[in-house]
Amino acid sequence: MSQANIALGAHQSGAMEPSPFSIPSKKLAMWLFIISDAMTFAACLVAYGFLRNSTPNWPTPFHSITNVAIMTFILVTSSLTMLIGMRAARAGDKGKAFRWILMTAALGILFGLLHLREWSQLIEEGMTIFKNPWGTGLFGSAFYSITGLHLFHVTCGVIALIVVGFRYQGGRYNADDIEVLGLYWHFVDLVWMFVVPFIYLLNLSH
Amino acid sequence: MHDVSHATHHGPPTTFIRKHIFSTDHKVIGKQYYALALVAAFFGMMLSWIMRIHLGWTNAAIPGTQLLSSTGAPGGVITPEFYLQLMTMHGTIMVFFVLTTAPFAAFGNFFLPIQVGAEDMPFPRFNMMSFWVTFMAFLVLVASFIVGDGPTLGGWTQYAPLSAVGSASGPGQGTGAVLWAASIGLFCIGQLLGALNFISTTLDMRTKGMSLMRLPLSAWAWFITSCIGLTAFAVLLPACILLILDHVAGTSFFIPSGLVINDKLLPHSGGSTLLWQHLFWFFGHPEVYIAIVPAMGVVSHILVTNMRKPMLSHRVLIYCMMGIGFLSYVVYGHHMFVSGMNPFSALVFSFPTLVITIPATIIVLIWLGSLYGSRLRINSASLFALGFISMFISGGVSGFFLAQPSLDILLHATYFVVGHFHMVMGVAAMFGIFAGTYFWFPKMTGRMMNETLGRVHFWMSFVGAYALFMPFHYLGLAANIRRYQAFVDDYLQPLIPVHKFITVAALFTGFAQLIFLYNLIHSRFWGAKATENPWEATSLEWSTDSPPSWNNFNGKHIVVYHDPYQYGVQGSMGDYVMQTSPEQVATPGDEK
Repeated sequence: MSQANIALGAHQSGAMEPSPFSIPSKKLAMWLFIISDAMTFAACLVAYGFLRNSTPNWPTPFHSITNVAIMTFILVTSSLTMLIGMRAARAGDKGKAFRWILMTAALGILFGLLHLREWSQLIEEGMTIFKNPWGTGLFGSAFYSITGLHLFHVTCGVIALIVVGFRYQGGRYNADDIEVLGLYWHFVDLVWMFVVPFIYLLNLSH
Repeated sequence: MHDVSHATHHGPPTTFIRKHIFSTDHKVIGKQYYALALVAAFFGMMLSWIMRIHLGWTNAAIPGTQLLSSTGAPGGVITPEFYLQLMTMHGTIMVFFVLTTAPFAAFGNFFLPIQVGAEDMPFPRFNMMSFWVTFMAFLVLVASFIVGDGPTLGGWTQYAPLSAVGSASGPGQGTGAVLWAASIGLFCIGQLLGALNFISTTLDMRTKGMSLMRLPLSAWAWFITSCIGLTAFAVLLPACILLILDHVAGTSFFIPSGLVINDKLLPHSGGSTLLWQHLFWFFGHPEVYIAIVPAMGVVSHILVTNMRKPMLSHRVLIYCMMGIGFLSYVVYGHHMFVSGMNPFSALVFSFPTLVITIPATIIVLIWLGSLYGSRLRINSASLFALGFISMFISGGVSGFFLAQPSLDILLHATYFVVGHFHMVMGVAAMFGIFAGTYFWFPKMTGRMMNETLGRVHFWMSFVGAYALFMPFHYLGLAANIRRYQAFVDDYLQPLIPVHKFITVAALFTGFAQLIFLYNLIHSRFWGAKATENPWEATSLEWSTDSPPSWNNFNGKHIVVYHDPYQYGVQGSMGDYVMQTSPEQVATPGDEK
C-alpha cells in the first residue's frame, strides 16, 4: 500500500490536488467499503422485512432480551475501548493503545462466544436454518443468515484487531491505520444496532 | 501527522510473472480485462449464432454444437433445454463479462489513473485481486458447460423459483445454477474492489492543477460508474448468497410454499419469488448504466477530440450522467411491471423511468448540438462514436413505450424488449467499446490500427446491427413471444422468414467482428508505430509515451494548466493546447 503513502506525501508537498475530503486514501477506502457493506446489510434487512410481511405464520419465539442486551452492552463497550485505543495511538502512547486494542478484540471474542452459545441453544430447541417448531422455516433462515453475516464481520474485525494491533506494536502500522480499523469496528457495532430491533425485538413473544 | 517516511518508489517489475500475469500495474490489469472481455465477447457471440440458426431453421443440425454439451444437441439439433442454456450463458457472459468489464474495468483501469495524472491507483494489490477474482468468476461460469448436466437455463436474470428449486426443474438447475450464483457472487467482489480503487483514484490521486471539473468526460464517466457499482454490486452479492443457500442449505428464501414442479410437491415453505426480482433488479437496472455510462464518457471524449471544439456544456453533461446514475436506483421496478407486483407500484416506477429519459435526452442533445457545425474528423473511432449515438437514440426511443405499464404489459414478454435492450445497451455499449479501442489502441500498444479495415468493420457492423435488431421490434409488435426455442403456433408461422432474415444479419454482423479481431491482432504486432499523440488530443494520456512506461509519466511530475478540451484555439502546436502545456490560451474554454 505504499502508493497511498506516496499520495499522502505528495498531497502535503502540494504536488497534487487536495482530496475533497482531506482524508488519507486508506480512510477514504474504508468509508467506501462501509458504504458498500451498508448496502449489503440493508439488502439483507429489507429482504427480511419483505419476507416477514409476506409470510402469514411468522413466529415470535424470543422470551427474554437478557442475552441480547448483554451482547449489545459488550459490543457498545468494545466501541468505547476502541475509541480509547485510537486516542492513545493519536497521543503517541503505544503501550496504552496496544492494550486497549487487545481489550477491544477480547470483547469482540466474548461477543462471538455469547452469540455462538445463543445459536447452540436455539439449535437445541429445534431451530435450524430451514425449520423451527414455532412457524415458518424462513424465521431461522433469516435469523441465522443475518446474525451470521454480522458475526462474520465481528470475526474478521477481531482478526484484524489482533493483526493490526501487533503490527502497530511492531511499528509497521501507525495511528492512522488504527483509526481506519476503528471506523470498521464502529460500523460493525452500528449494524448491530439495526439487527437488534429488527431481528430480536420485533420477534419477542407478547 | 502523516508518516511519509515509508514512501518508497518501487522499481519496475522484472520477472515475467510480476510484469504480465500477477501485475499490480493498472495498465496491465486494464489490458487483462480487455483480453477477458474479448474472449468473452466472441464466446458469447458464438452462442448467439447457434441460437439464431436454431430459431431460423429449427430442425437444422449445427455442426460442432455437440462439443458444447454431451446431451443438449443430439446429432447437432438443439434441444429446447439446451436453447435456454445457451440463452442464459449468452446473456450472462455479455452483460457481466463484456459490457461491464470492457468499457468500465478495461479502459477505466488503463486510462483513469493516466487521465488524472497519477502513477497508479492507490491500492494496486486490490486492483490485481479485482481482475483475478473476475477471471475466476468467468472460469466458474464457463465450467458449468462441462460440469453436471450443463449450465443453468434460468436466463441471465435467474428468476426464482426456477433458479432456486434445484435439478427438479430441469437440466443445469442443480450444479449449473449454483455455479452461476457463485460466479456472479465472485464477480460482485471483483467489481467492488475495482470500484473502491476507481473512486479513490479520482478523488485522491489527481495531480496538481487537475481539479474535478478539469477531468476529461471519460474519467467522470468512470467515476460515476464506480459510484453506481460500489452500491449496486453490494446488493447482488447477498442475493446470490441467499440463492446458493436455497440450493445447498435447504432454505426457501425464494421458493414459495406448495410449489409443484414436474408433478412433485416441493417441501419448501414460505419464500417469495418477488423478493429475488426486487433484489436482482435493484442491482440489475443500475447495471444497465454501469454498461452505458462509461460508453457515454468514452464517446464524448472521442467526439470532442475529433470535433476540434469543446462540448456545448461540459458541466451539464457531467451533471446529467450523475442524474442518470442516481435515478438508475429508483427506476428498477419497471422491469417488474408484469411480475405480479402491485399495479400501483408499477405506476410509481413508471414515473422516474420517464424522468430518467430527460438527462439521457439532454446528453444526446448536447452531442448533436456540439456536432452541428463542427468539422468532424472522420476515422474509425469517430464513426463508431456516431454509431453509438445513433444506436442509443434508436434503442432509447422504444424505451418510452416500455416505460408505460399499460403498453409494457403487452410488449414485455415479446421480442420488442429484446430489440430494445440489445440496441440501447448491447450494441450501443459495444460501439462505445469499439470507438474506445480504435481511439486508444495506439496508446495501449504503441501501434496504429488499420484504418481501412476499421471503416469496413464500422459500416458492416452498423448496417448489420440495424438489420439485426430493428426487425425485433416488428416481431414484438406482432406478439412474437421471447425465450421460445421454436415458433410452432399458427400466428407465429408467418414470422419465421423474419427470423431467417435476422439470422442472416446476425451471421453477417458476426463476420464483421472477425475483421475487427484480425485487425486487432495484426495491428498489435505489425501495425504502424504510433506517435505520442496521433489524434492531436489534449488530455493527459496523450502527453506520455505510447505505450506509457511502467510509472506512466517516466517519473516526470505532471502539472495541469487547462480544462480538458482546449480545441479550436491558437496553440503553439496547432488548433489545440494540451492540459500539461503552460502556454496561455487565447479563447476561454467551456469551464471557467
